[in-house]
Amino acid sequence: MDFSYSEEQQMLRDSVNKFVQRHYGFDTRKEILASPAGFSAENWRLFAELGWLTVPFRIEDDGFGGLATDLMVIMEEFGKAMVVEPFVAAAVLGGGLISELGSEQQKSTWLPPLMSGSLQLACGLAEPDSRYNLASVTTTAIAQGDNFIVDGSKILVLNGPDAEQLLVSVRTAGADRDVHGISVLLIDANSAGIRKHSYTNVDGHRAAEFTFTRVKVPAERLLGAVNGAYAGLEIVVDRATLAVCAEAVGALDSLLTKTVEYSKTRKQFGVAIGSFQALQHRMADMFIECQLARSIVMMAAMRLDSDAPDADKMRAVSAAKSRVGKAIRTVGQEAVQLHGGIGMTDELDVGHLFKRVTAIETLYGNTDFHTARFARLWQSSVSNII
Amino acid sequence: MNVAFTAEELDFKNAVRAFLEAEFPADIRAKVDGRVRLDKEDYVRWQKILYRKGWAAPNWPVEYGGTAWTAIQKYIFADEMARVGAPEPVAFGIKMVAPVILTYGSEEQRQRFLPDILASNVWWCQGYSEPNAGSDLASLKTSAVLEGDHYVVNGTKTWNTLGQYADWIFCLVRTDNTAKKQEGITFLLIDMNTPGIKLSPIYLIDGHPEVNEVHFDNVRVPMENRIGEENQGWTYAKVLLTHERTNIAGVPRSKIRLEKLKAIADNTPDGQGGVMLNDPVYAKKIAEAEIQILALEYAELRTLAALSVGKAPGPESSILKIVGTETAQYLDELYLELAAWHSLPFLPEQFESGFAGEVVGSDGAASAALHYFNNRKLSIFGGSNEIQRNIISKAVLGL
Repeated sequence: MDFSYSEEQQMLRDSVNKFVQRHYGFDTRKEILASPAGFSAENWRLFAELGWLTVPFRIEDDGFGGLATDLMVIMEEFGKAMVVEPFVAAAVLGGGLISELGSEQQKSTWLPPLMSGSLQLACGLAEPDSRYNLASVTTTAIAQGDNFIVDGSKILVLNGPDAEQLLVSVRTAGADRDVHGISVLLIDANSAGIRKHSYTNVDGHRAAEFTFTRVKVPAERLLGAVNGAYAGLEIVVDRATLAVCAEAVGALDSLLTKTVEYSKTRKQFGVAIGSFQALQHRMADMFIECQLARSIVMMAAMRLDSDAPDADKMRAVSAAKSRVGKAIRTVGQEAVQLHGGIGMTDELDVGHLFKRVTAIETLYGNTDFHTARFARLWQSSVSNII
Repeated sequence: MNVAFTAEELDFKNAVRAFLEAEFPADIRAKVDGRVRLDKEDYVRWQKILYRKGWAAPNWPVEYGGTAWTAIQKYIFADEMARVGAPEPVAFGIKMVAPVILTYGSEEQRQRFLPDILASNVWWCQGYSEPNAGSDLASLKTSAVLEGDHYVVNGTKTWNTLGQYADWIFCLVRTDNTAKKQEGITFLLIDMNTPGIKLSPIYLIDGHPEVNEVHFDNVRVPMENRIGEENQGWTYAKVLLTHERTNIAGVPRSKIRLEKLKAIADNTPDGQGGVMLNDPVYAKKIAEAEIQILALEYAELRTLAALSVGKAPGPESSILKIVGTETAQYLDELYLELAAWHSLPFLPEQFESGFAGEVVGSDGAASAALHYFNNRKLSIFGGSNEIQRNIISKAVLGL
């Protein structure tokens, strides 16, 4: 049992940390968010140069290794500084789907430009009525000659506004919510018949709703086997879930640190408010939540990197997302409360961290969803976890 | 980063498991499974078995009869013990007074007291709290005045656990009223058979006299029973509070209790044609408890991993006490809820040794409330959870 970072992981952490120290001050981040794209193309190029865009990928795909623990290291640092570049949407999810489902030819076509920073991807998985069920897919793709004809809609496509290629889950057989009959298509975002409505989320991240009307997609744009994409989808979305959990761990640490610092300097009734026991105990509880969130995310990351059965890995990720979600509520709300009025203002980073972690709570299934998913998989007992 | 046990650790795990299967007495195991209260003889008999194996005091230095186990091995041992329901050795001797004697006692005191603690020949109890000194322990008033070569002790200790079984008590007493309150305290070891000691049982809300008041009326204690120096007792007691953190979270026991809870819930009708394990509201609570235990387990493993590379357990280990006890208490709530109507009968005799009458309720349902009430103590003793939060605020967050 070893909880320490490898030398490579330490270097990765130091390199991300150095970048955010130098390039990701709160004001710079604000400017990036205010730009038309909502992220910095220059940063994205830098991510590629520094090799970070290879982190989600296996060695055989010319990646850094594809370990979940590596992702955890990078995402935690991103979380502390609220990095807005679409690393999860484009690389972990989009690239992840290509890596998981794609043929060798598809991988060699799409992964190199992604890793070199010249390709932007987005994934359309959620639908108006699907909530978090990846099998609830009503967008249809019907084979017609050498093409699929796609009809339907996808919501909350992160990085949708800027993506050149969309990975879209479609139903090629079966009924809504059937696990069998789901396929993934790589659709050119400029195809005829696509309507895109772009917007900004509460955390400043960009997303779009897509409607597909008789969109013609060449058959070779099918990733993997027809009807058989569900298992791969679940694996890749679980990795994205782990990634945002790790991001939350970093952001929650920032919230705790900022709150403790503020309580030491803010004076009321002639003393620092941090001297009040009522507030001290609440910060102690924030600390506890941060520690438990960190512990369970480490558990899940190590689990994903082990040779455990898939069901155990899913269960570990759901445990992490559920527990991190609870920590997000406590730490996020308390950070704002303990800052008082200033915590409500747009000028302070605390509110922005609060908004980002609150968004993470919803991403890829909220706390209740993952608690229920964890419970459904209850057969593999907790004492078998290690 | 990886969470796998090494081959050596797996061998160790198998060795512990084999030992427990062979040596943990079946009658004690049956009692534990039936939630029957263990008596002194059960504890002593089991501890002597551990003693003969050399595993009675894993944390002690090897030269005094401890093991050279790593933190992870100790964790595995606790996990395997919990799996079969083997009780942990009673803490007061092995985990509480022994480290004080080891660290601050004289060599003569070590030779005199430690072998009997290790072999479970002597049962120890604790004399810390007083009627007016709880969380503010340092304001204790029980006095010890030196007369010749004896201290004369007067006062009252309370919340003394299982003192009715005890042969010796370790006490914090006041030897100086003029100094700052922490600086006038001395650590004494007192033979419970000394004239002037009287025990009065305190019945708790579960109906059991688990604790006592201990009255000292001119009790004469030989000077050689003092640990270290006069007026330094607070330092001795406090320094050791941060030690002995292994298994403070009670994770192995909580894991097993949760497993049993799930098994019972899978067999408990919900009154609607299904079972409670599939009741959506109840299942959510079980899942949350299980997730919390996982998080806690990894928090503890992180602490242990740090220990095994030589770092001292920091004040952040207070979170293990807080979360461990609150989790255990939550499990009590879930047992209580699962027991439904049969949580109501007050039948403690059903869970005493030798009960031969008609049993009310299945799966120990009628013990659920007893445990729920009794385990409210968990967040109060050992430094209340509010005190633990004070420790985090001050020592970790610097407030």
